[in-house]
Amino acid sequence: MNALIELTWIVTKIVALVIPLFIAVAYMTYAERKVISAMQMRRGPNRVGWHGLLQPIADALKLLMKEVILPQNANRFLFVLAPMLSIMPALAAWAVLPLSDGLVIADINAGLLYVLAMTSMGVYGIILAGWASNSKYALLGALRAGAQVVSYEIAMGFALVGVLMAAGSLNMGEIVRAQEGPIWNWFWLPLLPLFVVYWISGVAETNRLPFDVAEGESEIVAGFHVEYSGMAFAIFFLAEYANMILISGLAAIMFLGGWYSPFTGIPLLGPLFAWVPGIVWFSIKVAFFLFLYIWFRGTFPRYRYDQIMRLGWKVLIPVTVVWLFVVALMILTGFGPWF
Amino acid sequence: MQAVREFFKPFMLTELLKGMRLTGKHLFDAKYTLEYPEEKAPQSPRFRGLHALRRYPNGEERCIACKLCEAVCPALAITIESEQRDDGTRRTTRYDIDLFKCIYCGFCEESCPVDSIVETRQHEYHFERRGEQIMHKDDLLAMGDQYEAQLAQDRAADAPFR
Repeated sequence: MNALIELTWIVTKIVALVIPLFIAVAYMTYAERKVISAMQMRRGPNRVGWHGLLQPIADALKLLMKEVILPQNANRFLFVLAPMLSIMPALAAWAVLPLSDGLVIADINAGLLYVLAMTSMGVYGIILAGWASNSKYALLGALRAGAQVVSYEIAMGFALVGVLMAAGSLNMGEIVRAQEGPIWNWFWLPLLPLFVVYWISGVAETNRLPFDVAEGESEIVAGFHVEYSGMAFAIFFLAEYANMILISGLAAIMFLGGWYSPFTGIPLLGPLFAWVPGIVWFSIKVAFFLFLYIWFRGTFPRYRYDQIMRLGWKVLIPVTVVWLFVVALMILTGFGPWF
Repeated sequence: MQAVREFFKPFMLTELLKGMRLTGKHLFDAKYTLEYPEEKAPQSPRFRGLHALRRYPNGEERCIACKLCEAVCPALAITIESEQRDDGTRRTTRYDIDLFKCIYCGFCEESCPVDSIVETRQHEYHFERRGEQIMHKDDLLAMGDQYEAQLAQDRAADAPFR
């Protein structure tokens, strides 16, 4: 009986997390279209509902109604499995993200490792989708995505090593607690190069512009998901955006002090904003990173494939290694308010 | 020293920030979008839309069935048949334009010696059934009657440049 109650409680928590996440994904697509059109001096969707606010719902309905086409020579099992493999880790990684103090589904000690493992799993979905489609564009997209995600994983992992050195813990909650204090107490300042490297590899990791060679509309049609239609395509879309929100959430937790207000401990402003719940601060930080994603998309042209590899291996990884050394020195000398 | 500065310059990401400043500025700019069915872009008097056959003020149709438009039409969209009327003048018995073939080049209008076949500003139309795309003589004359004021005004506006 107790086990049953426990189970229902866990499922309730998962549902309470996943449903807002899906809504966030839906409105992320809306926000993306609106912001990019504003940057291109257009108005964007504004017909469905007030200022086009029902556009994501219309899109979702359209995709639900559409037929899922199985290509003739595709590997049916893998073809259907791939979208699931792609969305599963994107959602599973959320289990360890603390949205506020103690507001986390699984408060495990190896949280960071778990997140890294889950984000790496996502690439299987892409590779399998590309291979199972039996299409040259899909295969090329899958190859590109595989190589890119594997190389950027290293830079990202190194950047996170800096964080866990500074925090002294792999537990996401502990990492945030190590940053308690006002905005200059957070890890983005002492770990600035690692923060930038993390963010760049995070963008590359989610295959977003300017690193979207896996899709590369102008080169390989749509990359790994050319052959997908209807709901199968929608699930890839969902996974991509859930991953973006995940990477933004991780950035907020590891470099921008998670649920802490930027005014914590400042004499006048601190008490003034003390009533704002931690989840609001966390959401604001995540929204900031999501806006950066859109801003990048509106600004930068796509990288050439070899340049992506060069950036990952010859720039980002050396930068992280050098800064890890600096972080070690800072920790040894107890530098600043951080260590 | 110069070499060292050159080496570290890309790490400051200045070019990227410059680009982002530009797009960030445009984010708040006035938008160019035209809310189409409610707002419409201005049209030139030379706009080439649906065709029309005009009439003289006394109600007589202008077309004299010279078939110059049929000859000049690069898409072979115009078909004309004619016969002599009782008063001795030649008029068309059939004047069809296939709108699927028509490329709206305006050559028919240019070639017409009596300014009969013209192109109106009308560009919002659709077909629901096969065969509707062929405009017959009575359709064309009806178009001409409907838009005569606008057509005359546009011809007058363009006259000084001819």
